[in-house]
Amino acid sequence: MRNFNRMLYVAGLALGMASAGVAAADRAQVAVGEAEVMREMFRGFNPQGQAGLSRLRQDDMQKFCSSPGWQKQKARVKQLEKEQLALVKYPADGKLLGSWEAGERVAQSGVGMQFSDAPGSVAGANCYACHQLSGTELSFGTIGPSLRNFGKTRGNSEAMQRYAYGKIYNSQAYSACSNMPRFGHSGILTEQQMKDLTALLLDPNSPVNK
Amino acid sequence: MFRKLVKGCLLATVCLLPSIATAQSAQSDTVKGIERYRELLADGNPAELWEARGEGLWKEKRGPKKASLETCDLGKGPGVVKGAYTELPRYFKDTGRVMDLESRLLHCMTGIQGMDGAAIKRNAFGSGTNRSDMEALVAYVTSESKGIKMKVSTAHPKEKESYAMGEKIFFYRGGSHDFACATCHGENDKRIRLQDLPNLLNKKDAQRAYTTWPAYRVSQGELRTFQWRLFDCFRQQRFPALEYGSEASIALTTFLAKNANGAAFNAPALKR
Repeated sequence: MRNFNRMLYVAGLALGMASAGVAAADRAQVAVGEAEVMREMFRGFNPQGQAGLSRLRQDDMQKFCSSPGWQKQKARVKQLEKEQLALVKYPADGKLLGSWEAGERVAQSGVGMQFSDAPGSVAGANCYACHQLSGTELSFGTIGPSLRNFGKTRGNSEAMQRYAYGKIYNSQAYSACSNMPRFGHSGILTEQQMKDLTALLLDPNSPVNK
Repeated sequence: MFRKLVKGCLLATVCLLPSIATAQSAQSDTVKGIERYRELLADGNPAELWEARGEGLWKEKRGPKKASLETCDLGKGPGVVKGAYTELPRYFKDTGRVMDLESRLLHCMTGIQGMDGAAIKRNAFGSGTNRSDMEALVAYVTSESKGIKMKVSTAHPKEKESYAMGEKIFFYRGGSHDFACATCHGENDKRIRLQDLPNLLNKKDAQRAYTTWPAYRVSQGELRTFQWRLFDCFRQQRFPALEYGSEASIALTTFLAKNANGAAFNAPALKR
């Protein structure tokens, strides 16, 4: 037993020395590999409610945007935006503007997709968590840019409607590694909800433009 | 203590009433109101009830082995509680793992006292009369680090590995909403609605955030530990449920605790 313990101790020392050497050379080289991170992520979470372990599986965009310094890979950024834009599905009926009143309710609601949310509950977009929109709503966050007077300053052209709808559908299409969720691509919002949000941004009567 | 608390709540409600018309001043009024609310509550923190119960639980002979936790080694020797939290997470030779306070307490409760680890984990987050012994113990142990500077080490290779893993997890985007910790906690001066968000990559913010957990949450009427803080962040991130005391949770804690080094520990604190 004593011998065994000593063997462990010696092995530990050797290991320690090897790792310490690498560490001294460069902190980045100590960084754990992708496989180890994945292993501990999958071990470290339990499926609960509607949030299964598949939520931890990263697609190409999530993987790329998780690596600090992605900004420097300019060609990859452009390629990613192109790929994500190709994934946007515009409404079959060609109509992009819904009701801004309904859109305001979607923008206010933060319900949905958490393991504590009832499965099947209608998700909101929680726009106000990160953006300023209507002038009368003072409780807004600042993670995203202000969208105050969005339509008033940009107009209501068909091109602008396609941009707004596409941005809501897949934010990565216009700005790789944006913090904003891909509401259409990830199945968070319905087509009608995204039309309503587009109206909230662009309708001249919307409180966003008043 | 409770009278003061009630008085504080009433006053704060008055302060929070919007009295000025413009958006800008109404907002700064709200922020001021919240600050005043914190000040009023600061000298009567209900966390003291958890600390007192935790001290009792630490010293009491409990579990199938009828033993107290006074031989539990939190890193500074058996039974040493003073300042222990400021050096956690750390590598423990006896388990060959990096452990945070919660996972180390779990180790001592199952090992020294012979308690059922799964049952402790199931009841880790207390609710009303269903009280959590873990939350009380953490309140007691952390209260013994008040005023002592954070000094988390990454000298041991396993500690280095844990820190590096935690950093990766901090930037790990996933889930239905593509969120990572960094989405909300990677830039200065950001808010969700009116809630200020600390930039945990910025030394000052990281220090203030980490040294004020655990905290008594007024909105919940419970004392919450750092494991709960991470669990609830991941819930809002739309991730699955973080396993209590998992390597991933400890790694992330190592990353955040180490980033707070040099600041005086100031918890159990009080939060909205």
